[in-house]
Amino acid sequence: MLVAETELMPAAEPSRAPAAPAVSIESLNAWFGSVHAVRGVDLAVGHHEVTAIIGPSGCGKSTLLRCINRMHETVPGARVTGSIRLAGRDMYAPGTNAIAVRRHVGMVFQRPTPFPTMSIRENVAAGLKVLKGSDRPSRSETAEIVERALQRAALWDEVKDRLGAPATGLSGGQQQRLCIARALATEPEVLLLDEPTASLDPISTQRVEELVYELRRDMTVVIVTHNMQQAARVSDRTVFMLAGEMVEVAPTRALFMAPGDPRTEAYITGRFG
Amino acid sequence: MTGVPTTRRPTGSFAVRAARTVRRRSVLSGAMIALTYTAAILAMVPLVLILGYLIVKGAGAISLDFFTQMPRPVGEPGGGMANAIVGTLILVGVASAIGLPVGIGAGLYLAEYRTSRLATLVRFLSDVLNGLPSIVMGIFAWQILVRPFGKFSAMAGGVALGAMMIPLVTRTTEEMVRTVPNTLREAALALGYPQWRVSLTIVLRTALAGIVTGALVAVARIAGETAPLLFTALGNNFWSTSLWEPIAALPLQIFTYANTPYDEWRTLAFGGALVLIAIILIISIVARLVTGRRHAGGGD
Repeated sequence: MLVAETELMPAAEPSRAPAAPAVSIESLNAWFGSVHAVRGVDLAVGHHEVTAIIGPSGCGKSTLLRCINRMHETVPGARVTGSIRLAGRDMYAPGTNAIAVRRHVGMVFQRPTPFPTMSIRENVAAGLKVLKGSDRPSRSETAEIVERALQRAALWDEVKDRLGAPATGLSGGQQQRLCIARALATEPEVLLLDEPTASLDPISTQRVEELVYELRRDMTVVIVTHNMQQAARVSDRTVFMLAGEMVEVAPTRALFMAPGDPRTEAYITGRFG
Repeated sequence: MTGVPTTRRPTGSFAVRAARTVRRRSVLSGAMIALTYTAAILAMVPLVLILGYLIVKGAGAISLDFFTQMPRPVGEPGGGMANAIVGTLILVGVASAIGLPVGIGAGLYLAEYRTSRLATLVRFLSDVLNGLPSIVMGIFAWQILVRPFGKFSAMAGGVALGAMMIPLVTRTTEEMVRTVPNTLREAALALGYPQWRVSLTIVLRTALAGIVTGALVAVARIAGETAPLLFTALGNNFWSTSLWEPIAALPLQIFTYANTPYDEWRTLAFGGALVLIAIILIISIVARLVTGRRHAGGGD
């Protein structure tokens, strides 16, 4: 094993200030090679809030999202400056392990990504398998966690009789909810959703949206979406991005009813994008 | 070939010209299909002829004795190639023990770090190695394992065959690992998997059926090699399963027997060739089944 898996973010729990936002982003810049994809974003995401990030294609909204679990840096040539604090702890501080960060920040992607060699049960438990020592649940604990995660992802009733079946046998919408269950199993503090319904039919989309609405009770959610109606339906606050910059952030209702910036108004009234 | 032919005078209406073009294209298409059919049949002719010839000439040598008996001296009827069959299995086993781990590891590296400078170099060298004449592999193994020990051995033969397997396995592993969608790697990384576990438990497992197929094809390929064994495994008329002694092998035994004027031995050589082809055919069929199951179970 080459990676020294130091524990995440030293002195985490005791010093957590209750007032600290769940995610606090400060002067964040992200590059792909020479392309400056995210430009000086400052954003604070409150606990148990659903924040939607909207904006035209290529505006940097997915890149911003991928900075929050340090996935951006896995792309060759990618670079990040600035800071992101997760409940007060700087996840970009030197010596902080990206792998440990990702165990606290779950992510669901645009297309469902069930692991094709694993059963439904193994997929949900996949994130638990890489936990170390006392963090790693026993076999019976794992079974409980799998059931709870599937229930929270509103998939349990559909799959409880075939947990051993290959995950690729599920429909697209079920696969996406499976991926949500997989992300929930490790009890993340923050859940990132990158256009989670982009490849789903309307009914499946609705189910995922209801789920997102429910999840805020337990965690903080950041969702990137192309679909402004979706942002309006599921989020408490909405961020509008354009050309890598954050143009505006406001309570969702306010942003859609009375946008503060003319560019936001132009976008949500369909004049571009 | 598209558009209106320019060499022809623009006679007739557009419809007439269009009809002519369509007719010309369908004739051309038919001719091409006929040509490809002919080529496909021609490609199968050697295989069918070889198999047929071997069955006619060698089937007589195949009996239970062939698999259980040792070679007998000239003039004594009967006898078999038990030692050569076992020898070939041992040689293939040694070769696989060397060629599979190295080849799969290298292929995984090439696919997962495809743009690194070392990967480019390794890929190039692997292609060169693949093109190397097999007898050169034999010289290599002779140099490092026969000359220093002063003795021909199964180990030397296995190393020569293993070295031949490495580039074959590397290439197919790289190709198979590349077919694993990047979204799966990202999903695993986002779950907190370290890179090495992503490679081993997600990528390698997803590509496994394809890698197994590639490995079996490589085994089939080296099982019939003769040149690398000539001055490494050498051949052996007696029963030996030691890795440090000269060992018999089907291709060597065929080579030796086919070069004699004795009818019995030549029949045995044909029998050996038939068994060798049967072994390779079985491995290829197993490889096919493994691939087939992957396609059926994919569902993606």
